[in-house]
Amino acid sequence: MSKRSLRGSVAIAGIGETPYYKHGQAPDSEFKLALTAILNAAKDAGIDPRDIDGFASYSNDRSDPSRIAAALGTKELRFSNMQWGGGGGGGAAAVGNAAAAVATGMADCVVVFRALAQGQFARFGQGPTTPTITGDLAMQAPYGLMSPGQRYAMKCMRFMKDHGVRQEALRAISLASYHHAQFNPRAVMHGRPLDAETYDNSRWIVEPWRLFDCCMENDGAAALIVMPADRAKDLPHKPSYLLGVAAGSDHRCAAPSHNAPNYASSSFASVAPHLYDMAEVKPGDVDVLQSYENFTGGVLMSLVEHGFFEPEASNDFLVPENLMAPGGKLPLNTSGGNLAECYMHGLELQLEAVRQLRGDSTRQVASVDVSMVIAGPMVTPVSSLILGSEATL
Amino acid sequence: MSPYLPKGLPAPTPESDGLSAPYWDGTRRGELMVQRCRDCKTWIWGPEWICHQCHSFDLDWTAVEGKGRIYSWERVWHPVHPALKDHGPYIVVLVELPGADNIRMIGNLLGDPMQDVPIGAEVEAIFEPHDEADPPYTLVQWRRV
Repeated sequence: MSKRSLRGSVAIAGIGETPYYKHGQAPDSEFKLALTAILNAAKDAGIDPRDIDGFASYSNDRSDPSRIAAALGTKELRFSNMQWGGGGGGGAAAVGNAAAAVATGMADCVVVFRALAQGQFARFGQGPTTPTITGDLAMQAPYGLMSPGQRYAMKCMRFMKDHGVRQEALRAISLASYHHAQFNPRAVMHGRPLDAETYDNSRWIVEPWRLFDCCMENDGAAALIVMPADRAKDLPHKPSYLLGVAAGSDHRCAAPSHNAPNYASSSFASVAPHLYDMAEVKPGDVDVLQSYENFTGGVLMSLVEHGFFEPEASNDFLVPENLMAPGGKLPLNTSGGNLAECYMHGLELQLEAVRQLRGDSTRQVASVDVSMVIAGPMVTPVSSLILGSEATL
Repeated sequence: MSPYLPKGLPAPTPESDGLSAPYWDGTRRGELMVQRCRDCKTWIWGPEWICHQCHSFDLDWTAVEGKGRIYSWERVWHPVHPALKDHGPYIVVLVELPGADNIRMIGNLLGDPMQDVPIGAEVEAIFEPHDEADPPYTLVQWRRV
């Protein structure tokens, strides 16, 4: 039996987004934001939006595919898919699900989208205000452990202690995102540069996260179009071929009350080997990386678990000059990412990975053939993917 | 004792299926109850309906000694709940229990919120009753030994 793989069989043919806003500032409804991003992605791909026959998203996106299909006049709906799990962990998995549908003939043209208007719905960074609480949250919220930042800080604290990682390593990740955002007019933090001193003097949110270690909360939407590789070749843009994708998490990652056996982890330990296996690339082949910053420490552990460096080398590797495009050893979050472009649950990172392959980034890395995205770390399930140019096929 | 955190945070109650009720009932008596598989003796925490090791549904509730080690910790500064507004920093600890195969429990570390928190330090459980709450409940806090 031949190896089962998606490698090279589908491509991202179009990308689109709305303007990105601070939370609560989107002038449009969340559903309208979703429609706008999808139309923009279809236009970018040079296709009739009515020809989209599948929808894939993650994190319980509220914009229901059947409603979108009705609103857009979709000719026929063949695939409607939700990747289970909260946070941004499903971002790459949603592309993988779309790719699997397209590669196996279940659909011909699937849009992956994410729309968020936190001003119109609950914000992520607030605790529950109900008078009582049950289940696993009852073991946490009464002790003041409620927000995502609080939920994941202890993972990173343990990792930093085990491997002697200094705060400056987290700072470098934040500085890289903010630096790249200064070149990107789409970025919410465009015109708001960050320096080391400002980072060091910023308030703690929850140790080891300072203010600038934490993602923003934003409104907007993003979308990308997944099509068969041979059809994508005839469209206006150079296709971004999917080389590999993997999703999931380590053994008993969701064991309640913080009892995951591999606790000080981004949840990628078991996932990353599958990614590289399908993509047939090694960490050293990656030209540019977008790695989801819910919190900088998640990026730290994601990079380690994807094999970019050993944990003990964290302080040496994670210095600003290594992470800055265009010349750094591993240009990271070249649009500004979740920290400084927009927290579109990481789908904006996938759009940026495509731009890097097309040569269209506002902080372009020279001659990109392998462009990688790591979706939301520390949650479960997580996911990551690798895109390649035609030369990698 | 006065509670470590201000009043007004969500009060813990068992789920409608009652899974964690023996734990919360135990805290009212000053006992730390955790699950253990009657068949393969695996310690299980948090509460679950099945043993992840042998798939037995025959799980026992066992009292364990409130002695542990700090596995990880965080100092929270930014309040995300109205009851914590203007309260100031507080410490959350993740404590492993060597007497129960190092299962981990979450609580607050009593004492100075600015104290150093060494990972690996020994701690003991302190029961923090909230008798005036409706329904009343008891939290399990931790203190350096």
